[in-house]
Amino acid sequence: MRAVIWIAEETWQACVRHARELVPEQADVTLLHVAPSDVEELAAAGPAGLLGRRRPPHERDLRTVSDEEARQLLDAARIQLGRDCSTVARRGRVEREVVAACADADLLVAARDGERSLGPKSLGPRARFIVDHAPCTVVLVWAQEPPGITTIPPLPAPHHKRH
Amino acid sequence: MSEATALVVLAMSLAAAITRTRWAPDWAIAVGGALILVALGVISVTGARHALASFGPTIGFLAALLVLGDACRRSGLFEALGSTMAIASHGRPIRLLALVFAAAAGTTAVLSLDATVVLLTPIVFATAAGLRVSSRPQVYACSHLANTASLLLPVSNLTNLLAFHASRLSFTRFGALMALPWLAGLAIEWIVLTRAFRSELQPTAAQAPAPEAPRPLPRFALVVLALTLVGFAVSSAIRIAPAWVAALAALVMIARERPRPGEIVLAAQPAFLAFVLALAVIVTAASTHGLSSAVASLLPHGSSLLALMAIAVVSAVLANLVNNLPATLIVLPVVATSGAGPVLAMLIGVNVGPNVTYVGSLATLLWRRIVHAHDETVDVAEFVRLGALTVAPALVACTLCLWLALRVV
Repeated sequence: MRAVIWIAEETWQACVRHARELVPEQADVTLLHVAPSDVEELAAAGPAGLLGRRRPPHERDLRTVSDEEARQLLDAARIQLGRDCSTVARRGRVEREVVAACADADLLVAARDGERSLGPKSLGPRARFIVDHAPCTVVLVWAQEPPGITTIPPLPAPHHKRH
Repeated sequence: MSEATALVVLAMSLAAAITRTRWAPDWAIAVGGALILVALGVISVTGARHALASFGPTIGFLAALLVLGDACRRSGLFEALGSTMAIASHGRPIRLLALVFAAAAGTTAVLSLDATVVLLTPIVFATAAGLRVSSRPQVYACSHLANTASLLLPVSNLTNLLAFHASRLSFTRFGALMALPWLAGLAIEWIVLTRAFRSELQPTAAQAPAPEAPRPLPRFALVVLALTLVGFAVSSAIRIAPAWVAALAALVMIARERPRPGEIVLAAQPAFLAFVLALAVIVTAASTHGLSSAVASLLPHGSSLLALMAIAVVSAVLANLVNNLPATLIVLPVVATSGAGPVLAMLIGVNVGPNVTYVGSLATLLWRRIVHAHDETVDVAEFVRLGALTVAPALVACTLCLWLALRVV
């Protein structure tokens, strides 16, 4: 069995915690981080709009910063998982890269990335895409304590008959 | 014929600035183009000299501001801002966003949008990465505020600097009239960005890594910047051009940071200054041969609310097509005759408008898409959607606030 655990900035601890409980011991585990290349490009593309200005000397390349962060995050996740695993750092459109990394996987552990209430808004656009397109079983965890059942909106009140 | 020649030279200069080919630097194309226009008699020597004389002081002001901004970078101001934001945010994304808003709005207003785009944005990216929170809302905030927060002062944007002279406003009155539109723009950005990125801004369950050793804010630079602002404010009262205040501040910071002479020249970006001056001559030539009357036919006269709205919208559209620098040079001579209100409305258009794209104009965006066709690039649909969500209400709200300010201030 091959399991992929999606390591994202806001939600990785919950994914690793649940993976420790749910993923079988003999499974081949991969920790996956995807750097959003579009944000990097957005940060780097700004000077292109400054017509005629000299290109800035980038003291720290944005790519280096983001690679370093990914490495640290994956290291922290591996330590918390506490078992043998491989790590993969990808870059690109996050949701598509996660799905692509699951091409040969049997199981994906991912976290909800939306609002903390029961309902469709608990999935952000990225998790929504991953749940809809993952070619394997998906274990979908809450990043924090799951919200109570009371967060489901009540049924609409029945119409009162007027006498 | 003369008009066509001037427009071709203008188009070639802008194309050179957008494509940035090594063998045809934009400043050389623009300066060469301006000289050709003079040689062909499209613009007279006197006309060219007049254009240079009228934009000359602005270019000097710009050079001083560029050197001042570079000296602030040398003093470690932006690294210290990053470190301060990391510590003060306590790892909470929404708190970090509020701090990024404050830093980007302040940097843009005082040191211009160039400083936010070039110096602050990479620091904010690294700060978010260091805190292990999503950098998406933070980088979007920098990108948007570099434009929206550049409404406040004449020094906040090169467009303001170009229009400042023509507006015949004092530095203080410019700031007083634009304060309300500036705040309205910031409020709209906050509302739209916090809603659009609400999932990324949820508090994280993960413990933020311990921040690196704090870097203290460079007090000397902050005091110089504060005194510079005071100097700008009192400059009109004591009848000194604010450019001299900027020059003095740049000199003080140079004395403190001691960059090499070559580095000072590089910081002043002489090629860019030459480009702006040449572009001013080219646009003046095109304006006298029909461009001005063509633009004037698109724009209403007067300072009524509807007229201001129309000026802001037309300027925003033009800025999005080419870039806000040529857009300002093209629209400015037309609106300057109608007084300060229309000039400031134009600035709302050319400053806020470019947020529809992330690189200042559709022309630049298209060129980047061609060059980076095989790379992973920005999700243009996401940026344009957010841009439209902020630009449309911001144009309306800022212009409305300007109209109010013109009556009250």
